[in-house]
Amino acid sequence: MTLLEIKNLKQHFPISKGFLSEKKYVKAVDGVSFTLNKGETLGIVGESGCGKSSLGRSILRLAEPTSGEIKFKGQDILKFNRKQMKNIRKDMQIVFQDPYASLNPRSTIRSILEAPLKIHGIGNREERMKLIESLVEKIGIRKDQLDNYPHEFSGGQRQRIGIARALTLNPDLIIADEPVSALDVSVQSQVLNLFVELQKEFNLSYIFISHDLSVVQHISDRVAVMYLGKIVELAHVDQLYQNPLHPYTKSLLSALPIPDPSQKRERIILEGDLPSPINPPTGCAFHTRCPVATSDCRTETPALREKQFGHWAACIYV
Amino acid sequence: MFRRLVSSPLTVFGFLVVFILVITALFAPLIATHSPTEVNIVNKLQPPSQEHIFGTDEVGRDIFSRIVHGTRISLKIGFLVVILSFPVGTILGAIAGYFGGIVDQFIMRTTDIFLSFPGIILAMSIAAALGPSIENVLLALVIVWWPWYTRIVRSSVLAIKNAEFIESARALGANPFRILFKEILPNSIAPASIQASLDFGFVILAAAGLSFIGLGAQPPSPEWGAMLSSSREILREAWWAATFPGLAILFTVLGFNLLGDGLRDILDPKQR
Repeated sequence: MTLLEIKNLKQHFPISKGFLSEKKYVKAVDGVSFTLNKGETLGIVGESGCGKSSLGRSILRLAEPTSGEIKFKGQDILKFNRKQMKNIRKDMQIVFQDPYASLNPRSTIRSILEAPLKIHGIGNREERMKLIESLVEKIGIRKDQLDNYPHEFSGGQRQRIGIARALTLNPDLIIADEPVSALDVSVQSQVLNLFVELQKEFNLSYIFISHDLSVVQHISDRVAVMYLGKIVELAHVDQLYQNPLHPYTKSLLSALPIPDPSQKRERIILEGDLPSPINPPTGCAFHTRCPVATSDCRTETPALREKQFGHWAACIYV
Repeated sequence: MFRRLVSSPLTVFGFLVVFILVITALFAPLIATHSPTEVNIVNKLQPPSQEHIFGTDEVGRDIFSRIVHGTRISLKIGFLVVILSFPVGTILGAIAGYFGGIVDQFIMRTTDIFLSFPGIILAMSIAAALGPSIENVLLALVIVWWPWYTRIVRSSVLAIKNAEFIESARALGANPFRILFKEILPNSIAPASIQASLDFGFVILAAAGLSFIGLGAQPPSPEWGAMLSSSREILREAWWAATFPGLAILFTVLGFNLLGDGLRDILDPKQR
């Protein structure tokens, strides 16, 4: 069952340079389409600045998308008014990257977790407390720690509190924006396992944004690879990791260390930096760094096509 | 917090001065040895003595008692000006910072108009236009003072308004009102409240200045600035008539400043 369907979503941020000069745009998300099923996890990977966080924020309308369609449970939420939007927010939540910045430093954990329920007028105080207490138990925080402030917790605990806050309203979709990249490796696995357990228990769908290929491989059902605001490859996780089609995905995966010293892998080293999303290259945005690019790549913009069953890629040579 | 307070002697000094001032203001009639307004021509211009520890003025009023009662007037002005201009400035600053755009422009350009005059000159002209009285001085100082809080609060709101916990509140569906008052203000009010504690002293100084030039408290009133003003003509024969009100102003401003400085260090979470 499809929970979320994104069609040609664009998020262009205007940057005005002076009064008379031409208005320019950062094309953070530039025509992204995908679907997400109920209970599924879609991983989104890409290097810094490829627009993966902007994508997450525009799906939740935390930043108003420039154009496109976001169908959530069959309704286009971009057409929603303020009241409808507030109502649908109960069903879609976000977990942030930085557990030190995502909790109000002057609120106790109790009031941080109660806030979502209060905002939506759910239950009386007693019922809310009951719900919060059962929730913190699931994430491994003791009841007597509820009246502590965020700075009294470790990074991993804070991130679990951030997850609990997203869960208070019992959502269907959680967008996790680099939820473990600020944590120690030992704590990362705890938090990832918590994500997996909660998914089973509440039948959650995740959009899991990360730049860490191993983390994404561990948690995702399907994976989308982003480059300069576009999805360049989208496939089932095993398909993508074992048989990458797009040259960008190949180069990314070649950077993954293999825990076996006898096995040698050919590294594909990309040259140059990520081009500016203000002036993206013509044709295929990747042609400036692509090891197999030809002159055709400069003129022809490749569309994301289904090259093998359930395996989509945007490259004219695959 | 107490341990950190005593670790700084200057803060303790400021705290003690302010404490003494508040006690003096609260129990003025009990502390004063004479009536602050009772004229006694026979005893005029007495130097400090056991009977009149700060001496008497040109009509024989006891200067110590007048200063004690003057504490009430000065603290009341300082308190009222800060308590009235602080919320106005804070809320406007938070609105300007959070909403941005045309609202921000309107509020900030308005503060620019007020801030483009030297405060005391603007207060003078307002007080002069409204007519000389202590209430008008109060009103004039409120009008001059709020833009400072607006600026301070706006800049701290700008610094945190894109923090993830604000974004998370929006993702939860919180309305702007709730975000502003529950999430943003508690985290951006500290610098402005320290400024407010410093401002107590400056407001008292400004009010005394306005009274000195005749725009504030009027003669029989034991206001420090007005006392200084009336002592000018007798400065040669009676040094005490000007010295003690002057010292009262000095210690009050100093006390509030040291306390404000100390509070800044104590409230700074980075030093916790």
